[in-house]
Amino acid sequence: MSKSNTILYLDGVSVSFDGFRAINNLSLVLDKGEMRAIIGPNGAGKTTMMDIVTGKTRPDEGEVFFDGQVDLTRHDEAEIAMMGIGRKFQKPTVFESHSVEDNLMLALKGPRSIFPALFHRRSAAEARQIDDILGVIRLGDKRHDLAANLSHGQKQWLEIGMLLAQDPKLLLVDEPVAGMTDAETEETARLLKDIARDHSVIVVEHDMHFVRELGVKVTCLHEGSVLSEGSLDFVSADERVVEVYLGR
Amino acid sequence: MITGHFFAAGADRRIAITIFILLAAAIIVPLLNLAVSPTSAFYIPSYIVALTGKYLCYALLALALDLVWGYCGILSLGHGAFFALGGYAMGMYLMRQIGSRGVYGNPILPDFMVFLNYKELPWFWTGFDHFWFAAIMVLAVPGLLAFVFGWFAFRSRVTGVYLSIITQAMTYALLLAFFRNDMGFGGNNGLTDFKDILGFNVQADATRSALFAASAVMLALAVFVTWAIVGSKYGKLLMAVRDAESRTRFLGWRAENVKLFAFTVSAVMAGIAGALYVPQVGIINPGEFEPSNSIEVVIWAAVGGRGTIVGPIVGALLVNAGKSWFTGLLPEFWLFALGGLFVAVTLFLPKGIVGMWDSWRGNAKAMRAAAIAEEAGADPDVPPPPKIVRSAATTPGAWSASGPEPQPAE
Repeated sequence: MSKSNTILYLDGVSVSFDGFRAINNLSLVLDKGEMRAIIGPNGAGKTTMMDIVTGKTRPDEGEVFFDGQVDLTRHDEAEIAMMGIGRKFQKPTVFESHSVEDNLMLALKGPRSIFPALFHRRSAAEARQIDDILGVIRLGDKRHDLAANLSHGQKQWLEIGMLLAQDPKLLLVDEPVAGMTDAETEETARLLKDIARDHSVIVVEHDMHFVRELGVKVTCLHEGSVLSEGSLDFVSADERVVEVYLGR
Repeated sequence: MITGHFFAAGADRRIAITIFILLAAAIIVPLLNLAVSPTSAFYIPSYIVALTGKYLCYALLALALDLVWGYCGILSLGHGAFFALGGYAMGMYLMRQIGSRGVYGNPILPDFMVFLNYKELPWFWTGFDHFWFAAIMVLAVPGLLAFVFGWFAFRSRVTGVYLSIITQAMTYALLLAFFRNDMGFGGNNGLTDFKDILGFNVQADATRSALFAASAVMLALAVFVTWAIVGSKYGKLLMAVRDAESRTRFLGWRAENVKLFAFTVSAVMAGIAGALYVPQVGIINPGEFEPSNSIEVVIWAAVGGRGTIVGPIVGALLVNAGKSWFTGLLPEFWLFALGGLFVAVTLFLPKGIVGMWDSWRGNAKAMRAAAIAEEAGADPDVPPPPKIVRSAATTPGAWSASGPEPQPAE
């Protein structure tokens, strides 16, 4: 496989915790500008894969490359984030004691050292960027509200907004519609499709309706490796996929 | 938005009032002590000046702890160590100022060194005959220790109770080290019998008043600095690290550096508090490293309200005033009372005095707003405008007022 023109390239990646192989010889390639949905039963290694890509977990073996040439196994979370990989957690994780606006302000791309932050003054350009993102995530009227007072779905959107503020090349989105109403789910699908126009995106999700709505290539993980890959119809017709989902 | 600014002004007003009171006290208290005749009703006796001066140093220490505990969630149980190190640096200067007036009359060596058969001044005592050098050491020694300690602890991602335990171990290790006579800091007895500071007699009323004023001014300055830090983008980041550390990492921030800066600044503030404390009490000994001292600081901050700038100051002043009163009354029971106080505060005042005051006032405001809305014929089912309920928490310095409990990071 060639690494050029890929945004993310995983080859033969394995990691085990106390003898348990969470990821087992996983290979996955994401092209630039592609959106991919990853499905799989609980314990399939979806979140561990994200941990590896974002530098939280080091793989025992295998190659992980970003943008064709950057070896991600040599960098830590902050460095990887600065290179342009944004991550949304499964449980919405925002800064609850800050306003929506301040959440975005802390996420905005820019210098990440202490002293500039200490003497930071908000510029007009930053204010405009924040306004833009608030428009995209539809939280414009909540900008002064504390993040703690948002609904579950709004927190998910705020977190996606924080990813956008980072201006990443690749977004890893873990279960964006968990706990959302149908209407919110639909909105989120639209939002992610918008984002996918100029970003590469990986979405991990259980909700098949949502995955169908995204209408992208699907990878099914099982026991830490790829079980099946292709369109949703193809994957859901795969007997092995049916088997792991419905049990034997 | 307008309400946001109004309440922002409210919190800023509290900071401004605190600074004003401290600066006013720095002028008025010495005047009432020195310029008013002892028979007058307005006269403040010297022992009160010394006592409140001491309390102000404690308040500065509590404020230092609040910066890391209240705003960054680092529960340091070793802040007494930074206080004591600042105190020792000042104590060394004061020892050198004794000169040949000591019991043994040695012009170079302090009494305890003569007694312990030192032939010459240890290398680390050089320079302490100059005030400027001692002043730099007051800042540098606690700051450097905090930097090195924090560098290793935060990089290794030691957090929560484990961090608290190693800070406690740090102060205990220093306690044991400073107890040794070979350390060259006077061992068990520490440093005492001071004569002069900057050429003025430390026992004189005027010097005491000046030290009181210096403590008040320094505390006012620290309030301002803390307020500025907490209100900046860095301050918001500090609270973000407290609430969701892993989120900050995945946004590209180095959480360890964020913590390290606050921890170092806090240690320097604690060192200054110790340096102002020592000439006012006239002694510094290893007892200041006692782990229980550091825990007491935590109680002051908790009682006053952590995460509020004014709270720890109020807490330190009230608890210590209570201690002075109580130990006069029932000395054996003070520690029980202190323990009981901590339990009571944890159970009934989780946000401390200032935090409770804020949420009480926030509720009162919301109710008043609701009443006004009802009078105006508005639909009573409409809840009061949420902005008002949230009021205090949208401003720095009042985060814990009605803000959410910090959530553990993933």
